[in-house]
Amino acid sequence: MSTVFASREGLTQEELTRQMLAEGRQYSRGVAVSMRDVSIALGGRTVLENFNVEIAAGEFVAIVGRSGCGKSTLLRSIVGLETPQAGTITLGTTAQGKPDVRIMFQDSRLLPWKRVLQNVTLGLEPSFIPHAKKVLAQIGLDDRADDWPAILSGGQRQRVALARALVHDPSLLLLDEPLGALDALTRIEMQELIESVWWNQGFTAVLVTHDVAEAITLADRVILIEGGRVALDELIHLPRPRARGSSRFAALEDRILERVLQRRSIQMNEHKTHAANEDIDAH
Amino acid sequence: MSGIQRRTIKTPLSFQAIVGHALPWVVPIALLVLWQCASSHGMLPSRFLPAPKAVVSSFIELSRSGELWTHVRVSTMRALSGFAVGGGLGLVLGLLTGSFRWAETLLDTTLQMIRNIPALALIPLVILWFGIDETAKLFLVSLGVFFPVYINTFHGIQSVDRGLLEMGRTYGLSRWALYREIILPGALPSILVGVRFSLGFMWVMLIVAETISARSGIGYMTMNAREFMQTDVMVVGILLYALLGKVADLLSKGLERYWLRWHPAYQAAR
Repeated sequence: MSTVFASREGLTQEELTRQMLAEGRQYSRGVAVSMRDVSIALGGRTVLENFNVEIAAGEFVAIVGRSGCGKSTLLRSIVGLETPQAGTITLGTTAQGKPDVRIMFQDSRLLPWKRVLQNVTLGLEPSFIPHAKKVLAQIGLDDRADDWPAILSGGQRQRVALARALVHDPSLLLLDEPLGALDALTRIEMQELIESVWWNQGFTAVLVTHDVAEAITLADRVILIEGGRVALDELIHLPRPRARGSSRFAALEDRILERVLQRRSIQMNEHKTHAANEDIDAH
Repeated sequence: MSGIQRRTIKTPLSFQAIVGHALPWVVPIALLVLWQCASSHGMLPSRFLPAPKAVVSSFIELSRSGELWTHVRVSTMRALSGFAVGGGLGLVLGLLTGSFRWAETLLDTTLQMIRNIPALALIPLVILWFGIDETAKLFLVSLGVFFPVYINTFHGIQSVDRGLLEMGRTYGLSRWALYREIILPGALPSILVGVRFSLGFMWVMLIVAETISARSGIGYMTMNAREFMQTDVMVVGILLYALLGKVADLLSKGLERYWLRWHPAYQAAR
């Protein structure tokens, strides 16, 4: 992991952002996502109402919120699994035209009757097999190519699901709580894997998660959804790779968590916000 | 699931292991010995039940003359053609009603009503319609085989994991590709359960059909032997049905083991 980010240590946030953007522009296949006045109702219940969000190309956005706040629906509407009743969802275009959008679910959704390699090449011509093998090697599962999914661990299955998405060289990767069912250690490994893959490939990533710490670890920007709207939109100015132990990390996590839990002691909240900002400025 | 295999620990054959292997056979062999003793001491008249030795020798005689194999071949062909017709129809209609809502609405109620008629209750009508020819036998076997395959195919398709279908759609699979890659393999375990059930029905229907009337086949051989009080030939016929049933079951188990080798239940022996 550390090798991936080695050249970026010691840079200021400004420099880092500029370098990232410059590099991103060179090989980024990320696309922008724009949702304007999107309203979605499921089974008669309004899930999103006049929802607006702009996601930049190559950006890593995490969406947090309580259960049932509509964050999964948001993701599913981007990939076309839900159709909004009103509003528009626009994706940017790539050099190849229509962007390739992939989604990873909480469960791996591997086809149990296909071996790992066949799962990764699902819907692709046989000519993609060498590329698929390369991607499997990249995520460290090349020796499991001929195994059935049933004998893999939960973390390995999610890695195969990630490989299946990556084989398509997506411009937009949607992650619907893909690490929610994994144990703590596997989660951290997977977070590192996702971060390095995103960093190296420059796609746009949208991660839905319950875990605020996970959101802060991975995302450029954390969006909190509440009552079908954006309740908080926070840029995360922390250099990567992010150390969970740092005081700035902890302050941010505290603040967002407070907001998610809606502890209505506003004064105290504001006080904390100031403290956190001062903390960041001090760095 | 019958596919789950008990793990046997391979150690050098100890006394206990030998006893363990032999134990299930103690009762059948004892019964056989008892039967033979009772027959040779005249306690069991041969017109009631022949001695095991007589059954074996009549089996050898019948197979030597080639008569036995002709009957076995005729019966097997009847069973298989009935299975092909009934099972094929059941599969096609099950795929249709499972995949298309309009087909389910149109056909399923009717088929479920017909299912409640015991197939054997139709025999008088069947004789009236088709006489006592091959067609009647084909019809009865097909009818017996149809419903297990139909119902299990229908349910298999209905119970395919929606999440996998959703995933397939986001990967841009066409309708046919969704069918081939996800729906059919997902329904396969259930379809194979239907096939195994229907193989059981296949022999039952065949035995009934051949017992009513036939000019060849195992049923004919058995009924013919009854006319001449050849109880040994009758027992050979009955045992042949049992044997063929077992072979069919083994074949379908083999198919399951091959086609469902991805299934955790079939990987216990790895």
